[in-house]
Amino acid sequence: MKLFDVLLGRTKPAEANLDALFGLPGAVITLQASENLVPTNQAGVCYKPMAGQRFEKTTEEMAELLGLDSGSGGRIRHETDKYAYEWLVVESPDFQELVNQIHVVNTTLEEQGFGPSLLCSVFGFSVVGAAGAGASTYLVYLYKRGTFYPFMPFPGKEQRDVPSELRLAEVLKEDLKLEEQKERWMPLWGLPVH
Amino acid sequence: MATKTRFPADRGLTARMMTTVFLIGLLYAVLVTALALSHLRIEWVILIPVVLVVAQFFYSDRIALWAMHAKVVTPEQAPQLHAVVDRLCNLANMPKPRVGIAQMDMPNAFATGRNQSHAVVCVTTGILRRLDEPELEAVLAHELSHVAHRDVAVMTIASFLGIISGLLMRVLFYGALFGGGGQGARRGGGNNNQGGGQLVLFELAAFGISAAFYFISFLLIRALSRYRELAADRSGAILIGQPRLLMNALIKVTGEIGRVPSQDLRTARNFNAFFFAPALTRGGGASMANLFSTHPSLEVRLEQLAQLEAKMGSSR
Repeated sequence: MKLFDVLLGRTKPAEANLDALFGLPGAVITLQASENLVPTNQAGVCYKPMAGQRFEKTTEEMAELLGLDSGSGGRIRHETDKYAYEWLVVESPDFQELVNQIHVVNTTLEEQGFGPSLLCSVFGFSVVGAAGAGASTYLVYLYKRGTFYPFMPFPGKEQRDVPSELRLAEVLKEDLKLEEQKERWMPLWGLPVH
Repeated sequence: MATKTRFPADRGLTARMMTTVFLIGLLYAVLVTALALSHLRIEWVILIPVVLVVAQFFYSDRIALWAMHAKVVTPEQAPQLHAVVDRLCNLANMPKPRVGIAQMDMPNAFATGRNQSHAVVCVTTGILRRLDEPELEAVLAHELSHVAHRDVAVMTIASFLGIISGLLMRVLFYGALFGGGGQGARRGGGNNNQGGGQLVLFELAAFGISAAFYFISFLLIRALSRYRELAADRSGAILIGQPRLLMNALIKVTGEIGRVPSQDLRTARNFNAFFFAPALTRGGGASMANLFSTHPSLEVRLEQLAQLEAKMGSSR
């Protein structure tokens, strides 16, 4: 922070960094090979709504922009969580496609001035064969840091499996830029991404 | 890509803050020059406050927590509070401070610590009980802005001037009161051919000057404190994106405080500068009282936030 900003009591809103998202498809191969985890092909973008400024595109328009029509097998939905943050959750049959779509959602939000309001993107993973049960493991992407961390909540509880998260981070460190400051690995209870 | 921001700069606040910082700097320079020219042996007058202020600066987090009977809580002890702080810190890209709770029914919050990695953000149980989650988030965003702006460092340096000139004033006052003898003996250079009467006059003049210094620095520091509050309100509201929530929180918190008079509040008086809302509010809205207070009046804070909200709505 510059001296002048300190003297004047200013902060510049932190902008989002979207570049590292494209490291995900490589990480998926590692996850499947060594951890038996496959993507649930659902991902959510979390942002903070702003006063006087609704996100202009409706979810229908967003679906159109992402090519998510009835024939594509994918869909998008909008949710508000209990902390009043909003989520755009995208479902897509193909993971590479999903990453591209999440990137489009992010850039669209950014173009409309939501860059400082973007909190994180979350990608769901489940153990092979347990596809119907929903995601058990998540990869969280922190926009302001351009880093990932794994998040493994115990089902139905506000507790997380920290040892497994740390082990997973060890497995993924070659593929993804992981968040080194562990205190930034925030828990996200009640995720709308399944 | 080009950064698109929806927040126009507040040039008025920037200008006022700049002027205040400049005047405090100027006052420092004048004080140092005056001391250098006066040949007074006052090293210890400087040294003691330096030690005190450095200690206060380095232990500001511990002192504040101790004085407020606040305890640092883990994520397990206060999951909701930590979740809110986690999200705000990741949104603002700042390291997470420690989180504390003070068992006190007075609704308030404060942030302290010499830098971002030693920061602690503390709320009272009273504020947790009175505010709903989005409002609490707004209060925490205000406190995190204080941390990001390094207000503890800025205010410590600024108030150091007041401490020195205040101490100097007292020393010179007693020096003049009990005659120039002691003070004269301490003065170097053997310039003792002046009469005793002249010496007392000199002491009185020096006392007058340092009293003026004390008064001016006091006013400037209070003004700076008020501008820092407005700046934190602004940054906090921008961070959460909804000035309205901070307005609601302010109304709830100050309204409650104004209505609850009790001796408990007085114990918190020395911490006014670090609080979200001052614990002691004087009656009436006289402008003289505003000049002396550490926090801007509720009306001023609400007006700023309302303007910000209006600008956010119309800027596209």
